[in-house]
Amino acid sequence: MDRLLGRSTLRRHLTLAVLGMLVVVVVLESTGPFRNAQFASMAYYGIAGAGLTILIGLNGQISLGHGAFMAIGAYTAALMLQGGDPLPLPVILLAAALVTLVAGAVVGVAAARLHGPYLAGATLALAVAVPGIPVYFSGTLGGEQGLNVRVPDIPPWFADAVFFVTGQDMSRSRYLGYLGWFCLVVTFVLLANLARGRVGRTWRAVRDNEVAAELAGIDLGRARVLAFVVSATCAGLAGGLLALSARIAAPSGFTLTLSLLLLSAIVLGGLGTLTGALIGAAMLTFVPQLVTGLGQDLGLTDVRAAELAPLTYGLVTMLVVLFAPAGIVGGIRAAAARRRAVKTSGTSKEARKDEAMDEIRGVTGDRHPGGGVRRG
Amino acid sequence: MAAETGFEMSGVTVTFGGLVALSDVSLAVGPNQVLGVIGPNGAGKTTLFNVACGFVRPDEGRLRWRGTELRALRPHQLAGHGIARTLQDLGLFDRMTVLENVLVGATRHARTSFWSGLFALPRHGRDERALTERAMAMLDELGIADVARRPVASLPYPVRKRVALARALAGDPDLLLLDEPASGLSNDEMAEIGELIGRLTARMSVMLVEHHMDLVMSVCHDIVVLDFGKVIARGGPDEIREHPAVLDAYLGEDVG
Ligand SMILES: Nc1ncnc2c1ncn2[C@@H]1O[C@H](COP(=O)(O)OP(=O)(O)O)[C@@H](O)[C@H]1O
Ligand SMILES: [Mg+2]
Repeated sequence: MDRLLGRSTLRRHLTLAVLGMLVVVVVLESTGPFRNAQFASMAYYGIAGAGLTILIGLNGQISLGHGAFMAIGAYTAALMLQGGDPLPLPVILLAAALVTLVAGAVVGVAAARLHGPYLAGATLALAVAVPGIPVYFSGTLGGEQGLNVRVPDIPPWFADAVFFVTGQDMSRSRYLGYLGWFCLVVTFVLLANLARGRVGRTWRAVRDNEVAAELAGIDLGRARVLAFVVSATCAGLAGGLLALSARIAAPSGFTLTLSLLLLSAIVLGGLGTLTGALIGAAMLTFVPQLVTGLGQDLGLTDVRAAELAPLTYGLVTMLVVLFAPAGIVGGIRAAAARRRAVKTSGTSKEARKDEAMDEIRGVTGDRHPGGGVRRG
Repeated sequence: MAAETGFEMSGVTVTFGGLVALSDVSLAVGPNQVLGVIGPNGAGKTTLFNVACGFVRPDEGRLRWRGTELRALRPHQLAGHGIARTLQDLGLFDRMTVLENVLVGATRHARTSFWSGLFALPRHGRDERALTERAMAMLDELGIADVARRPVASLPYPVRKRVALARALAGDPDLLLLDEPASGLSNDEMAEIGELIGRLTARMSVMLVEHHMDLVMSVCHDIVVLDFGKVIARGGPDEIREHPAVLDAYLGEDVG
């Protein structure tokens, strides 16, 4: 990998980003509006999941309330798109991220003092409370009906540029697909930079041993708030994209279910890894439709078939937790490590295997964030 | 004597509920000195370190390090003041590699901001390389450079013990608190630790909590004996060896 991508962190991540963007272009151009819209969804799930997996996997803080941060981003974007002459989309998405950043800082300061079940409870309360806010301020936030979102016109230069490359006209859903995946790639590059550098190391140190981290000069509260803010900001950006894709920001879109789905998606994918977040996002996007279709083929009514999706989701989550506790990415790494261990011969075989297994443990995230209130 | 240059603790009292863990303890460590703190299990040695590091607030007493009042500082600020410590239970970052553990220990020397890390600026890369060099030098000094990329959890206890030491040293401390650095080590390994402590005195002061008397007697310039949170004796190794109260309270029952 190193030889292929170069040793410099930035070069390595940018190379991967460009390759990823090429795949995005090919996929979006070769699929129709329905698939384009699905890929746009996958992008915002991926961004929110990436933020959450960094928080839980690298820093050991749990959040059951990331749906609430997505709501804040979505409503920010929706409000800014209400007028007849909205600001450019990048500005709006940036604003959605920044407003959520502030909210994340406020919640993060409180969260930094809580651990395990207490933190889970507090963020759960957030997930339950936030969808109530638009109902209370129904004048500005549209109440139960929510705010309709009009997607601004596609910038002509962008449509022209893509036409020049692909010879195809730009549809709105394809445009949103590009927008979402561009945001995802940028987010992933930045998060990967953090994870690989000093900040990520600091987060993991705090996760592994608070006392030792403090002795090394790390301000625990600061590190935790920073992780929370970064994570919430991602959720805010994802929320903004969601509002555009769904063309609406409404309380029903941000129920507790969203937060829980997001959480189980990254657990399935493999905590603490961006690839895992992407796999989780793909499952959130494609599994429901796949299963519903299967149910209909088996002769179930539409309603019954639709009920299959959450059921399958729950089952798959249980299976993964039972048989691949490190998630799909962790499972694949473990399998690869076993193969490597078998291949390397001689006396060092066992040692190699141990090493490989530990490599896996080293990269997988935290499934047991400690319990209790933090030492005063 | 050590008011401006060393570490000084005076009249420190700590109670946990009804239990008096430390009672009016005073001690001082001068520059390039090794102070041994000995006493039976539960005597209050670890608590003494916890007070020094700000994890336990004393009910009474003063703590000064190079003229700074330590009670005003929070634990994470001590590294910046040149104080490092190893933990009795090692407290390694178990899901990180040896090198990463030591890199965290060198955090004090990190120079770049969150933003340069976020954008992976060349500045951040240079800083990381400088930290890595520092950490590798530390691992080299302790003879464990060859396991730098291994996850710490996979290594045998004596090696992990060295990692903990390397992590504490990576911050280039001026005062090093060692909590039972020789426990669980073989005689040879213990001798190496003794040599290392001897070498370290060239660049720092050391406070040593240890049960192995051979080690304590060979490296310490001064020794403080605790029993039930009280200082029952203090002096040079020769004095302590002969001290009746010490023989009574400690050496009699638990010669290491
Ligand atoms: N955080 C704490 N809360 C209550 N009691 C404590 C705490 N820390 C230490 N103690 C008690 O204080 C006494 C001294 O403990 P410690 O300093 O760990 O002894 P040593 O390190 O000398 O073996 C023991 O009786 C111990 O149980
Ligand atoms: Mg102790």
